Amino acid sequence: MALLQIAEPGLSTAPHQHRLAVGIDLGTTNSLVATVRNGVSVVLNDARGHGLLPSVVRYHADGACTVGYPAQARAAEDPHNTLISVKRFMGRGLKDIPDLATMPWQFVDAPGMVQIKTVAGVKSPVEVSAEILKSLKARAEASLGGDLTGAVITVPAYFDDAQRQATKDAARLAGLNVLRLLNEPTAAAIAYGLDNASEGIYAVYDLGGGTFDISILKLTRGVFEVLATNGDSALGGDDFDRRVYCWILDQAKLHTLSDHDKSLLMARAREAKERLSDAPEADITAVLTTGEVIDLTLPEATFNEITASLVTKTLLPTRKALRDAGLAAGDVKGVVMVGGSTRIPRIQAAVGEFFGQTPLTNLDPDKVVALGAAIQANVLAGNKTGDDWLLLDVTPLSLGLETMGGLTEKVIPRNTTLPTARAQEFTTFKDGQTAMSIHVVQGERELVSDCRSLARFELRGIPPMVAGAARIRVTFQVDADGLLSVSARELGTGVEAAIAIKPSYGLTDDEITRMLRESYDHAEDDMTARNLAEARVDGQRLVEATEAALAENGASLLDPEERAAIELRIVTLKAALAGSELTAVKRATDALNHATGDFAARRMDASVKRALTGHRLDELEI
Amino acid sequence: MQTHFDLFHLPAAFDLDVDRLEAAYKEVQGQVHPDRFAHAGDAEQRQAAQWATRANEAYQTLKSPFNRACYLLELRGVHALDARNTAMPPVFLMQQMEARETLAEVAAGADLDALERLERDAKTQAAALMQEIAGLFQTHGNDAALVEALRKYRFLDKFLADIGAAYDTIG
Repeated sequence: MALLQIAEPGLSTAPHQHRLAVGIDLGTTNSLVATVRNGVSVVLNDARGHGLLPSVVRYHADGACTVGYPAQARAAEDPHNTLISVKRFMGRGLKDIPDLATMPWQFVDAPGMVQIKTVAGVKSPVEVSAEILKSLKARAEASLGGDLTGAVITVPAYFDDAQRQATKDAARLAGLNVLRLLNEPTAAAIAYGLDNASEGIYAVYDLGGGTFDISILKLTRGVFEVLATNGDSALGGDDFDRRVYCWILDQAKLHTLSDHDKSLLMARAREAKERLSDAPEADITAVLTTGEVIDLTLPEATFNEITASLVTKTLLPTRKALRDAGLAAGDVKGVVMVGGSTRIPRIQAAVGEFFGQTPLTNLDPDKVVALGAAIQANVLAGNKTGDDWLLLDVTPLSLGLETMGGLTEKVIPRNTTLPTARAQEFTTFKDGQTAMSIHVVQGERELVSDCRSLARFELRGIPPMVAGAARIRVTFQVDADGLLSVSARELGTGVEAAIAIKPSYGLTDDEITRMLRESYDHAEDDMTARNLAEARVDGQRLVEATEAALAENGASLLDPEERAAIELRIVTLKAALAGSELTAVKRATDALNHATGDFAARRMDASVKRALTGHRLDELEI
Repeated sequence: MQTHFDLFHLPAAFDLDVDRLEAAYKEVQGQVHPDRFAHAGDAEQRQAAQWATRANEAYQTLKSPFNRACYLLELRGVHALDARNTAMPPVFLMQQMEARETLAEVAAGADLDALERLERDAKTQAAALMQEIAGLFQTHGNDAALVEALRKYRFLDKFLADIGAAYDTIG
């Protein structure tokens, strides 16, 4: 419980201070960072002018690593230590990963999430992602000239709890304060300014390097809701390159090629594809190691012909997503194009035909997700005033419990608006039973074995009773980021036994601390100093917020004794802040937080009442 | 205790102006949503999350006519969907069993037209039942009649969900 800073709608609590906030698109192939500057969302470039950061991390024997273009350039030389597309492994176990055999890395099975053996030690996908995020954070801080208040990080709409948790942990490891995890299609929609003024159904067609995702969004009164998502995790721009590559081999009657020639021709194929985005034909020339000269011209018509089946393949999941949403192509008001591959004219035409309208392509499809994330980060950091909207995201998948017979009991159905909480009561089935095992799962299927297991825990210390007499309430809570926590409590006798868990792939707070230590290469007292500094900031903020709240409604909402109790704890906290003892600061902060819980609730209550009684309801804007 | 209706300053009645509900919901969320406190401390966000959760629950309950009806009865101390009360009129149960058999046949035969017909019929039935529920609230009909109508409605609702699942399997 804590004191709330309640601001009038549209007013930030500290209006004069511009907070540095960024949006990060942590992509499978490339990552980007963007920010709102002078009211316009822009992608931040590195020192060489690159906006994209290849999501590639190469580890060296001395424990250091390189990120981005330099790592990508050496991938062929050092494939085992150059980690590419780790996003696919976030929150995933060994058994979840198809085509392991074709990958050059040495995987290590670990509870919940795979790890990869490198010359610098065993690395988890969280650590690898954190390196990418650190690089983007450093770029942003250099470019903006200050520490970041926070970041919005995008995730695919279909990411489950473990994948979201892993993304958030990576950010924590990179030293980023996550303002919100945002669904990628929602971010793209925001970038196009599809907010309050644009009610209706929107489709977000995202064709990246290796994956295809389609999302159907509904926008009503500033509420963004993901109605349905679908896709193909093995379909992307790379497949178009491969078709062109095969066409080259066929035309030039080539059979066996050296590795060097293979990668040379793949690169030429990609270049040809890219040129065809704004030219009617593309020349392909190369000199092979054999001395043979390749000189071909690929007309757009031929390119369209050899890639036609790939284009059709994206329309199948699109149809399915529409049907899941209970909609027809004609119901869609706008189509947002995301991902570099949507530059292909034939794709734009096919999508246009399918939806009966020209898709939105005026923003760079590689950058649109990051641009949208930056706009939301700016709002969340409290910089934007006035017409800010509210994003009410939904649970992407149903959350439930295992019941007798391996069946799933859904507690929170998919598409429930966040944040949300649901409680369900269970009882014991044996006389004298003192413990109950609780298995939390995510997914739409009826059998537990078909769903993703999120966590198992035991509620112990149930007083012995006859079967069916105990009342165990299991509560699911999902926060605004879509992250779940579960608690269980025995209510029957008033004896309370509760356990709260944060289901994840088994990365505990201690492990995060260990990784932080390792990654910063800091001595123990540096960590303590950092913790103390953070605790002081929290404590100071609480003192200021409490004093402001007391000045505003202390007289009307508190009786003198309640007020005195709060003031006493302010004095204690101020004394602790003057010292340098971490535990004292934390204890005093907790005590003040605790003491102001009721006050905060009353203030919130008063604020809600004011919101509804300030004007008559029939005058409200609808 | 503050009811869901109180939270949105709406009269506690089945007949409800959905637009007013939505406007009030948005107004409340605008005040309490954690996004409004994203730059504040952890503990403050927790408080905001509790309120936003409550607003979501209240909105979801009142928005759906079925949930709203159950909630109104609950406020009167009547638990319409109590698992211990399973008595249903035999005629209705027979109809339901027959409908389910038909669904199984239709799904097995992958007969899309028949499935659509089945869905249309079930939807018409559900709409009629909801009309009946609305009427019972308006005429202050007895709680037992309301409970029976709500329980029938739930049967139909599940049946419609199963029809949706059949669409998926037929492809």
